[in-house]
Amino acid sequence: MADTSFIHPYIPNSIPATKEAMLRELGMDSVEEIYAEIPERLRFRGRLDIPAPIVAERDLKRHVKGLLDRNTSCEDNLNFLGAGCWQHHVPSVVDEIINRAEFVSAYCGGNYSDLGKYQVRFEFNSQLAELLDLDGVANPIYDWGDVAGRSFRMAKRITGRSRVLVPGTMSPMRLAQARTLCQPEVMPTHIKIELVDYDQDSGRMDLADLRARMSDDVAAVYWENPGYLGFIETEGAQIAQVAHAGGALAIAGVDPITLGVLTPPGSLGADIAVGDVQPLGVHMHAGGGTSGFIAFRDDDPVFAQECPLELYTLLETETPGQYGVAEAMMERTSYGSRDEGKDWVGTASGLWTIAAAVYMSLMGPQGFREVGESCIARSHYAANRLSALPGLKVLFTPAFFKEFVVNFDGTGKTVSQVNKGLLEHSIFGGKDLSAEFPELGESAMYCVTEYHSQADVIRLESALKEVLS
Amino acid sequence: MGLHLAGIQAEGAGRHGVKRLGLIVNPLAGIGGRVGLKGSDGADTVRKALALGAVREAPGRAERALERLARVKDHVEIVTWPGEMGEDEARAAGFEPTVVGSLAGRPNLTGASDVVETTAADTTQAVRDLAASGVEMLLFAGGDGTARDICAALDGGPLPVLGIPAGVKIHSAVYATTPSAAGALAAMFLHEKPAAVRLRESEVMDIDEDAFRDGRVSASLYGYLAVPYERSLLQSAKAGGVAGDASSLNDIASEIVNGMRPGDMYLLGPGTTTRAITEALGLTGTLLGVDAVLDRALVAADAAEHRLLELLDGRPEGASRIVITVIGGQGHIFGRGNQQFSPAVIRAAGRENVIVVATQTKLLSLGGGPLLVDTGDPDLDASFDGYLKVVTALGEMTVYPVASGG
Amino acid sequence: MTEDALQAKLENIGRLRRDGGSLRDYHAPRWDEPLIMEQSVPGERGIKVSQPEPGIVDEVGDPLSLIPEGSRREGLPDLPELSQYQVMRHYLRLSQETLGMDFGSDISEGTCTMKYSPKMHEEMVRYHKASDVHPWQDEETMQGLLEIVYETGEYLKSISGMDAISLQPGGGSHAVFTNACVMRKYFEEKGELDQRNEVIATIFSHPCDAATPKVAGFKVVTVMPDENGYPDLKAFKAAVSEKTVGCSITNPEDTGIYNPQIDKYVEILHDAGALAFTDQANANGILGIARARDAGFDACHFNLHKTFSSPHGCEGPATGAYLCSEELAPFLPVPVVTKAGDGGYHLDFERPRSIGRVRGFLGTWLGVIRAYAWIRSMGPDGLREVAEISVLNNNYMDRLLMGIRGVSRPYAEGHRRLDQVRYSLQTMKEETGVGCEDVHDRMVDFGIQSFWLSHHPWVVPEPFTPEPCETYSKADLDEWAAVIKKISDEAYSDPDFVKSAPHSSSATRLKRLEALEDPDQWAFTWRAYKRKVLGDTA
Repeated sequence: MADTSFIHPYIPNSIPATKEAMLRELGMDSVEEIYAEIPERLRFRGRLDIPAPIVAERDLKRHVKGLLDRNTSCEDNLNFLGAGCWQHHVPSVVDEIINRAEFVSAYCGGNYSDLGKYQVRFEFNSQLAELLDLDGVANPIYDWGDVAGRSFRMAKRITGRSRVLVPGTMSPMRLAQARTLCQPEVMPTHIKIELVDYDQDSGRMDLADLRARMSDDVAAVYWENPGYLGFIETEGAQIAQVAHAGGALAIAGVDPITLGVLTPPGSLGADIAVGDVQPLGVHMHAGGGTSGFIAFRDDDPVFAQECPLELYTLLETETPGQYGVAEAMMERTSYGSRDEGKDWVGTASGLWTIAAAVYMSLMGPQGFREVGESCIARSHYAANRLSALPGLKVLFTPAFFKEFVVNFDGTGKTVSQVNKGLLEHSIFGGKDLSAEFPELGESAMYCVTEYHSQADVIRLESALKEVLS
Repeated sequence: MGLHLAGIQAEGAGRHGVKRLGLIVNPLAGIGGRVGLKGSDGADTVRKALALGAVREAPGRAERALERLARVKDHVEIVTWPGEMGEDEARAAGFEPTVVGSLAGRPNLTGASDVVETTAADTTQAVRDLAASGVEMLLFAGGDGTARDICAALDGGPLPVLGIPAGVKIHSAVYATTPSAAGALAAMFLHEKPAAVRLRESEVMDIDEDAFRDGRVSASLYGYLAVPYERSLLQSAKAGGVAGDASSLNDIASEIVNGMRPGDMYLLGPGTTTRAITEALGLTGTLLGVDAVLDRALVAADAAEHRLLELLDGRPEGASRIVITVIGGQGHIFGRGNQQFSPAVIRAAGRENVIVVATQTKLLSLGGGPLLVDTGDPDLDASFDGYLKVVTALGEMTVYPVASGG
Repeated sequence: MTEDALQAKLENIGRLRRDGGSLRDYHAPRWDEPLIMEQSVPGERGIKVSQPEPGIVDEVGDPLSLIPEGSRREGLPDLPELSQYQVMRHYLRLSQETLGMDFGSDISEGTCTMKYSPKMHEEMVRYHKASDVHPWQDEETMQGLLEIVYETGEYLKSISGMDAISLQPGGGSHAVFTNACVMRKYFEEKGELDQRNEVIATIFSHPCDAATPKVAGFKVVTVMPDENGYPDLKAFKAAVSEKTVGCSITNPEDTGIYNPQIDKYVEILHDAGALAFTDQANANGILGIARARDAGFDACHFNLHKTFSSPHGCEGPATGAYLCSEELAPFLPVPVVTKAGDGGYHLDFERPRSIGRVRGFLGTWLGVIRAYAWIRSMGPDGLREVAEISVLNNNYMDRLLMGIRGVSRPYAEGHRRLDQVRYSLQTMKEETGVGCEDVHDRMVDFGIQSFWLSHHPWVVPEPFTPEPCETYSKADLDEWAAVIKKISDEAYSDPDFVKSAPHSSSATRLKRLEALEDPDQWAFTWRAYKRKVLGDTA
């Protein structure tokens, strides 16, 4: 008795003749004989509540595309949203490479079969290291918020302390993720995260408050540059010094696209740097294009030993002049582990790592200088134009990179209303900060990068004028 | 899955040089086993066995191991003693060994010319001679007695030692699984893939011969040897780094130390796993003995049963813990090498206050067999039957079956 | 099939090939391509960046002067400088040296479910209305995406029998971590976290089933299998106590063994007041056949890049689906995708009992788009067919593999495996010296991906774990088995040839392995390598 068959292009052996031939070789009449391993009481005998299949590719594509067509993208609209996921130009060569079937469809593989992939990883690590001015780079995972949390856990393992100081302007989303990894207060192994005050005018960390909070239970001081609210954190070197003076680690959270023009964390004295790879040639994918990295000083093996992510090292092969890459084996030998085990790694962001490697190679040093200059110039231009509009005020001037905060209290309108108005002009207005930072009133964060043109900014300006009138 | 490194040669090890391996065969090991006598120590036992037609196993097994090793004979030089203490076996396997030492003038055991009397003293001298010749490791064919003799001769020195199983008694944890596996491991360590081989301290047990012949097993933990083992070079990429032996021991130690409450006394049994605990506390304990720790200070080292009873006397309930690990290759947690933990001591501490520590690798090496309890008190033994939670890593326990077993 | 017929079949596969007599005469591309850092030519440009227009320059001046003193980078980063074509060609060559599943049969990577990722899906994901969407856009502008995510959630709920879902986790392990946080929150509300701090896993479970609860602050109790391949009830009972938070276990396990007592385990946990979670990385063989909820589980997860066809992408991006009961739903991470009465879709951030966030933004929703399209393509009968064919494929190939010298299959003697099997080459190792790592390297010479061995520690000695999911044809299965047979023959006749593999691959063998663990030698980056190994102090 043959089972019923559902022939599908993705299932070669579903055709009855093949199925029967295979069953015959197994001496079985039905696949049910295999499922006899599952007791009847655990068998599902119903019908899944799933719609009937759309079997023709033409029809399926029409259906799925039809759904996606109900979206408005940042190509359809002019986009000024940022806040951790940014619209930068993605070079065509980057997409060409990451759309290659070899890279899209590979997984863990083996050293010899996937040599290319491992070499790209090493090249990614090497190039990012130059941007960061740090010798140790690990294989990225998930996103910035996740690696920030992991870096706090690293700091706890290394110092044995369980308090971490972070900027009051830290991205609330990243903070929330870090809190999850640092465990709630009720857990005995909880890491306490405390927010340090910030200067109301510049957004920068209040060093006096930082010093006041330092004590011998602080494992690390973390700062973000640029800050979540867009400003350039000029006090990085000082923050690192205060941390070190107190026996704590200095952890810098950075946007790597800024590092052609901003001082890299390694030069500021950071022990660990974390951030997101997304701006380096990865499409936004509604937030799915993120990839968080951890980098560290390598003059003391403790950082590599306590790094929770995969590490790769360059080796030579038997062919002179040829290199190979192998995963370094970190057998932890320190006692510092105390009450926490190593974190976990999992399938996370391999393809984005490849995209970023290609991006960095295309851009080169000059490209990073140019994109830095372009972002700064364009965003400042936009800030100038917007601050000239009645009722609008740009906060945290003058030093920001690509994002700036616009306050709308003087207009009598909420950001929500403004953004709804802008939408009618096919514009995505800046991120509404009123829930995240109520102390900033009705404020929005506008992101202007090398992707935007002068005409785009002028278009925003006129649209805002209309919306606010 | 990370990067797979099999088939990789570490350049460092074999740098166009030749590695030296020291070979010791105890030609009389294992005699008596198959003909109903237990162990082979003592010339009398040996003569009896030979008279009963016993065949000597050790030389043949040694040869099998060496045949496997001979695949890399261009890169390995064997240094050994004459005749059946190694020279014969090495030649039979295709080597041209360097022979040191002498058996000249030894009497025969059977009247025939082929079985010369060799003794523990020969083993001891051979170890000294081979160590002096700069060998990288010692490969021996023999039983627990031979292992004990080698251990004694090395006296704590760092020379790696690997046993080819060849005797009746195998309670020590210093052997490869088969002769061929021994040869393979030696080949890997010396030439083929040194990066895949690590060393770990493994127990050398000594069994009381007379007790054994009377049907009782009475073992003591004699000492430790550094024994090579093969590890996989494949990282589990989805789980970060692989915990090696050293870091596993540190992890376990951290777990125990973290759980130490003020006022609790810890009696730490023999073993490298428990030694990691004293080391984590910055104390110097004894590897082969029981040490007592109270509030992170050493209050007794290498304590005998009566001292342990003194220490436990009058302590509040639940404030004392016995920490033990697996001793020897059979899976014993009580009764082999830690008899200081007598039934009285165990009862005084409280059966529920016994903590077992061991790496998961150690548990897996038991091949599914249970941990064994042999205190000498069958009721106490039976009270352990079932399962217990072995501390196997930081923040991790493994449920494992326990049975009473002699 | 008789033994002789089986052997003849394996022998004959080679003869069916065009040139006859042997398996595929494969050679991997071998470009011997230097590192890109070694190919730099100062002054070359790969791409030029859009520069501010004169109107902007006039207004803001030199942008670098807008950076406060002390925050400006001195000099430029030492990145390679190459022209565009050279950069592209370099990475294309490296792509050729990567054996993606689209090229080489990847029956090999068991537990990863290397199934075909339909190219139609990629078109959808690369469409700007998917790829160039910002997560904080007004909901009204994302209704298509939200509908896809919501409906996929409904399908996954039906497949698992669960009541609620989050598609926020960034991968399978992330979903397992999410579960640990949910269980933690559940007991925090009940005030039982002082009492409960142990999570149960089995030794065959994925390492994340033990690692993620630890990151959540729990201890782990691991249970060992008996000869059936799963712990017996007594062992499991011994693991559970009033200290138990819950379990995090896989069924079927990576060995392919289905635990028929699984509901009894759940009962034991529930009786102790604990929760039960199942890691469903191995769901492919039971879609439409058995559901997590029916076994009593409170929560489960799926890997959308395994069972639901999203490609593996050289290890990411990935999407983990976390599903749970009504009781645990309030604890899901924020935001949750909801559907209003009027048919509109929303992101619900107002969830006061939520665990907070695990991933940033919304999740890796490109994986959800693919899963959606795949499920819509299959329908309920298709999903059932996927499961049936995976287990049929697996049992068919098992028959072939068990006929190969040196291969054994520990545990569960007399039982059938479901979607995959963990084999052992211990016999081959003992008899020939050739072990699983050697075979792992040799197989790539046939254009087959290296097989997955096992997570550590190796419970099955000399392990390998293939998974012939429904993507693979009968001929693919025959070929895979024929490769293993060939290597087995080689092991028993010329083991050194196997041990010195690979012979037709992209690289020669690596040296200086001590660097893997030596701080003075390891080099995670080119700058570190230059400094430590080349002695470049510049």
